[in-house]
Amino acid sequence: MKYVPVLFGLAIFLILPVVVDSYFLTILISIFYYAYLSSCWNILGGYAGQLSLGHAAFFGIGAYTSSLLFMKWQITPWLGMWVGALLATVFALFMGSLSFRFGLRGFYFVLITWAFAELLRLITLSLDVLGGPTGIYISVHTSPWQFQFSGRGPYYYIILGLTIFILIISHKLEASKPGFYFKAIRENELAAEGSGVATARYKLLALALSAFLTALGGTFYAQYLKYIDPETTLGVSLSIEIMIRALVGGSGTPFGPLIGSFILTPLSELSRTYFTKGGLEGLPLIIYGAVLIFIVLFLPQGVATWMKEKIAGYKNR
Amino acid sequence: MTSLLLQAIASGFLMGGVYGLMATGLTLIFGVMKVVNLAHGEMMMLGMAISYWLFTLAGIDPYLSIPVSIFLLFLLGFFIQRFLINPILHASEHMQILVTLGVSLILANSALLLWGPNIRSVTTSYSLETLWIGEIVLDLPRVVAFLFALFFTFLLYLLLKKTELGKAIRASADNPEAALLVGIEVNRIYPISFGIGAACVGASGSLIIPFYDLTPHVGPPFTMVAFTIIILGGMGSLSGALIGGLLVGVAESVGAILLSSSLKSVASTTLLVLVLLFKPRGLFGK
Repeated sequence: MKYVPVLFGLAIFLILPVVVDSYFLTILISIFYYAYLSSCWNILGGYAGQLSLGHAAFFGIGAYTSSLLFMKWQITPWLGMWVGALLATVFALFMGSLSFRFGLRGFYFVLITWAFAELLRLITLSLDVLGGPTGIYISVHTSPWQFQFSGRGPYYYIILGLTIFILIISHKLEASKPGFYFKAIRENELAAEGSGVATARYKLLALALSAFLTALGGTFYAQYLKYIDPETTLGVSLSIEIMIRALVGGSGTPFGPLIGSFILTPLSELSRTYFTKGGLEGLPLIIYGAVLIFIVLFLPQGVATWMKEKIAGYKNR
Repeated sequence: MTSLLLQAIASGFLMGGVYGLMATGLTLIFGVMKVVNLAHGEMMMLGMAISYWLFTLAGIDPYLSIPVSIFLLFLLGFFIQRFLINPILHASEHMQILVTLGVSLILANSALLLWGPNIRSVTTSYSLETLWIGEIVLDLPRVVAFLFALFFTFLLYLLLKKTELGKAIRASADNPEAALLVGIEVNRIYPISFGIGAACVGASGSLIIPFYDLTPHVGPPFTMVAFTIIILGGMGSLSGALIGGLLVGVAESVGAILLSSSLKSVASTTLLVLVLLFKPRGLFGK
């Protein structure tokens, strides 16, 4: 019985592409795409409490690796995506073992993730082998074997599948040993260490898992838009986009990032469509800034937790 | 090569003075309230913008608009602390970071919204004047900026060491509870301290506008540099901020001649990574 609403929701989202028009489908893809990325961030930033402002790095490694393999050696992105994910994991482990070894936590960790992502962006900008500032155009070979489809439907089902996949992972994490360790680290790292949790190892695990999954999203993005450049795939604004959805929805909850994406993504898509044409290009991010401040001041636990409390209060009456 | 190196060291040193003033503002905010201000670079951008617009619209020399920058940024800092930071002063560090991140998004993108993405610069009659010291050429605006920055840092030092307000600020930084007990209204000191910190970075912005291009997104690199400096100098240490500023200024400009120009910003970002990894408690820290 518990799963009836979930299955019902799932059925609706499976049928939706058949009935909606292409603009609406584009927005739906965006919603699930950001929900997926934000859920990846949530493993590290939400459950393990290690705030990262550098997730664009993992995303960019995924997008660039599969695209370069495809453009230079015609290796299908279906394979390239795993190579990218592995590279992102290696990079994350490198970054993480350095920073955890030197005891960087809290705001120092925020800074170092930001700095590492910036380094990748700057290096990509200056290397012509990686496309430099112009980026990479991915040539069109519409064929499912090359991760390219005609129409948006297949992309929708792929990103929906990825989102369901990460929701299941998050759900499993909630009641698993690593999940409990992550939360213990988030709440009080010293106490966790004192109770015998190998904090450094579990922080690395959260980081590696998060990076691996984020990179898969990078490949999806590259194949979906067929164009990547350093600014949009490695810039700090992407890291903020990823982070803010989890925070708004409720970080450290399985459905928080999804709820956050359902609130913010349509907002940003619509404002992009309507404001950018009118020359109001800064507006979406101004709204983001305001939402971020509002959430921290008034709903610090996020919308998901707030809704849960409301529903619980309603039932108890 | 030696003269090129000397040249780089000299101009880096001059920029370092301004960095010092900018970082002093950040370290003051951190030292007093333990708040990490991620909007620091955007405040620098605002300081630049205030002087730019006063020059462009009213023909006011950038050096004359410094007081305006100081005043407006003081107000901005005061109100940010009063209404956004104060309610969550005792909440987790993450939340303060997120609020200042929100402020930085609002400031940078308001600038983008109001005057577009174009690169803007101020050209004054003295913009291209230079001073020769032996073989080294120094741009006059950079020399003036350096001297002004040292002067303001000195003024701030006097304010903190010699005045009642300064004593109250230092007491609130050292031990808020004890400060409360001896009758200092800590909750009124905090917004003032944030305002002073913001005023420092506002003045820095006005000082560099004669030789530094303004864009809405000029902020984040400054934020990065400012954090590098205060971590290097020790979080909360005023003298550390000045010394760190000079060091980072020189390191950045020497790094820039060793690397190709497209990799110039790589130097300062790498510096931040190295400082975080090897000197997170600062050069003089335990």
